[in-house]
Amino acid sequence: MRAAAAALTLPPYEVHFMIVLRNFLQAFVLLLGMASAALAGPYEEALLKFTNDSYADTDAAIAAVAVSGNPLAVDVVEALRDGRLLVGLEHVFVRRTSGDLINAATGQTWGNPTGELKSVRVNNRVRRAIEAALGSLTLLSPDAARRLEAARAVFRSRDEAALPALEKAIAQEGHVPVRNALETARAAILLSKQDALHTQKLAAVETLRDRGDQEALALLSNLPSHAPLEVMSAAGKAAEGIRARLAFWQAFQNVWYGISLGSVLLLAAIGLAITFGTMGVINMAHGEMVMLGAYTTFMVQEVIRSYFPGLFGASLLIALPLAFLVAGSVGVLIERAVIRFLYGRPLETLLATWGISLILQQGVRTIFGPTNREVGTPAWMSGALDIGAMSLTYNRIAIVLFAFSVFAILLLVLRYTSLGLYVRAVTQNRRMAGSMGIRTSRIDALAFGLGSGVAGIAGVALSQIDNVSPNLGQSYIIDSFMVVVFGGVGNLWGTLVGAMTLGIANKMLEPHAGAVLGKIALLIAIIVFIQRRPRGLFALKGRAVEA
Amino acid sequence: MRTQSLFDRQTTVVLSLLAAAAILVPAMNGLALPGSALHLSDHLVPLLGKYVCFALLALSVDLIWGFCGILSLGHGAFFALGGYAMGMYLMRQIGARGVYSDPVLPDFMVFLNWKELPWFWYGFDWLPFAALMVLLVPGTLAFVFGWFAFRSRVTGVYFSIITQAMTFALMLAFFRNDMGLGGNNGLTDFKEILGFPVQAGSTRIALFVLSVLALAGGYLLCRWVVGSTFGKVLVAVRDAESRTRFLGYRVEHYKLAVFTLSAMLAGVAGALYVPQVGIINPSEFAPANSIEVVIWVAVGGRGTLAGAILGALLVNAGKTWFTAALPEFWLFALGGLFVFVTLFMPRGILGAANDLWERSSQKLRARRSPQPVTQAAE
Repeated sequence: MRAAAAALTLPPYEVHFMIVLRNFLQAFVLLLGMASAALAGPYEEALLKFTNDSYADTDAAIAAVAVSGNPLAVDVVEALRDGRLLVGLEHVFVRRTSGDLINAATGQTWGNPTGELKSVRVNNRVRRAIEAALGSLTLLSPDAARRLEAARAVFRSRDEAALPALEKAIAQEGHVPVRNALETARAAILLSKQDALHTQKLAAVETLRDRGDQEALALLSNLPSHAPLEVMSAAGKAAEGIRARLAFWQAFQNVWYGISLGSVLLLAAIGLAITFGTMGVINMAHGEMVMLGAYTTFMVQEVIRSYFPGLFGASLLIALPLAFLVAGSVGVLIERAVIRFLYGRPLETLLATWGISLILQQGVRTIFGPTNREVGTPAWMSGALDIGAMSLTYNRIAIVLFAFSVFAILLLVLRYTSLGLYVRAVTQNRRMAGSMGIRTSRIDALAFGLGSGVAGIAGVALSQIDNVSPNLGQSYIIDSFMVVVFGGVGNLWGTLVGAMTLGIANKMLEPHAGAVLGKIALLIAIIVFIQRRPRGLFALKGRAVEA
Repeated sequence: MRTQSLFDRQTTVVLSLLAAAAILVPAMNGLALPGSALHLSDHLVPLLGKYVCFALLALSVDLIWGFCGILSLGHGAFFALGGYAMGMYLMRQIGARGVYSDPVLPDFMVFLNWKELPWFWYGFDWLPFAALMVLLVPGTLAFVFGWFAFRSRVTGVYFSIITQAMTFALMLAFFRNDMGLGGNNGLTDFKEILGFPVQAGSTRIALFVLSVLALAGGYLLCRWVVGSTFGKVLVAVRDAESRTRFLGYRVEHYKLAVFTLSAMLAGVAGALYVPQVGIINPSEFAPANSIEVVIWVAVGGRGTLAGAILGALLVNAGKTWFTAALPEFWLFALGGLFVFVTLFMPRGILGAANDLWERSSQKLRARRSPQPVTQAAE
């Protein structure tokens, strides 16, 4: 019988001969099977086809077993899938996972079979049939998750044979999501089924339109050619509706991505805005402060993994203050050791901090190695929230919320604490602030520490969405500059507006121009923008500006 | 007056050193026997040529930073654009000897299944045209960019940051295959220049001598510019931009002119660099490269011209040595150099040497002068 499979490559007359031979043998075996089984129902008949060692017969047998309604059917098909369905002695056996052998026809345990048993072979076509059959067989499973999975399997396979089982399942189904999935699967089958009624097909189109996702759209826009005209036009309209709906949600999704990117930029740039604002110096090592924060998170998680595995869920919360301290103290150190000697020479400060950034990068590379470090995500941050056709991952939501809280806290610190008052005074007019008794150099160090510490906190958040490597800071530094330059250094609101504008503009451009072109366009736009407003959106006004 | 005479002496020293290099390097490579202490091995010639090109690039940065106070963190972009113009000429010279043997299209275009040469490649099979583009492309970009920036008085760190954004945007653009300039592999596999094989020892010597001549020419040009009235205005802009403007000078015109000139010099440096290293790719646009150029200038001595050359040669020789001997420590050394120079040697090596010279000669005068003074008092 294996010849039947091989027949595809043979000349036509031989194929004909093979088919005759096959049919003959089939009838013969069937007769034999009937003779041996006293009560031969459709299930038992179908089982015997497994003994033929022919893919085509196995295929047919699976379909027949699946619709037979026999309680053993699931076991048989699963056994076939796992290579545990054995044939021999004109009987079919299922070897249980426990090792026992049972007779597939009766379910009785079979002692020691004499003679050799062979497992039924499967190929890809058979595997597809198995999946489809299991789909329809498990539609009635008591487990809702399993039923849902089965409904999806049927939706994918669109196996017409599953239709009766599907109808039955829909009639019994009480769980709404499963019922929806079942109905979608039925609609999918009806649409591709040649002899389904028009009304059925139109109802199916309706169902799919209500489902309204990418899969339904694919189904509706690729109807088989035999579909009647009115169904075609209904499907076309439905597809149009789904496209419009998806485009609508896509716009929201893009805005969300934009806000999410904007929050990341906000986190990275807000510390820079503080140091740039107060001292007028560009801290090129700012990105490395972000990197230090990310590596602090990594260290915290390593310690927790080895000593307090129960605390892993809180690892990020523990890392936050530590990252602030680590990056903040490195920042104060840099200010005291280097930057304070360079006041009034912003270009030299830029070069010196660039040098510091190289040293920090290489230092981290020497200690931790050049490869990416794995920072885990706590369980409460994984998963996603689905709204309509949008999917918002929890870690992105957490970062957006976190960025806004950091922004709010900084705003409050600058507004209501004495440190904030002094920082604002120094930002507006350094010499005047000095003559009022503010120790400007101490404020500089503190502001630098604050800005660096916030960068460290940003590193904790970025460790969740980016690779933690020595180059982490480099990838954010130019974007952060753009945000600060665009927003201006007058106040923090400029940074917020700058970050959100750039984030959303970037993500809105991306689908139309591609990621790289979109980014280039944005950079050019900023370069042009700065011609119009050389000091950003929210510039400081007054005589201090020209200082 | 004394500084003027020092400049003259400096010019003589620089030109004679360059002349010595142009004579000694070919002689040591070609005439001295292999194995003798004087012999310069073949692989060192393009390496030295590369340093000379970097020195020209540093010179162009010193011209605007040292004399006009414009800190460009995107000069690598002009260098790379000049390099690409030369690379396009060299690509066209490959002809049918590429892997795919297409007589017109470079290999990467055949690979991308392009059917005809994009319009911007026309003319690059002719060296004079390519040479013109080496000057015009960076020059035009600098002119347009500078016109916008200087007109609206973008200065200081803001200007530095947008030049950095410019080179970053160009890097992203050149990484795209659709640019028609080789994507991230860039242009490479060059065969010959003006009919001479690029890899041959004699061609390399010729390219080296040419680079030294270009450096000498660039040096003289910069010297002439900064010594002229125009140069005096530049220095005035550097030291007190607003005051110069109030005195009636159109500051933006001066800045634009010197910025464009500097970009063209950088383009020439890039054009000479490409045939000697044999490749040009988008990583030349990386912002970090442009910042490195600035440190060469700072090390040698900002605003001295000769210092830029010295700094470029020293830092690059150091880089070659470090990356071979202690690759781990190169970034430590470079970063430390940035910090050390800005903190302790704000005027660079030449500036420090100059100070030392001034101080010792002052002492000398002080030792000699008391007698005349006392005589006068008597």
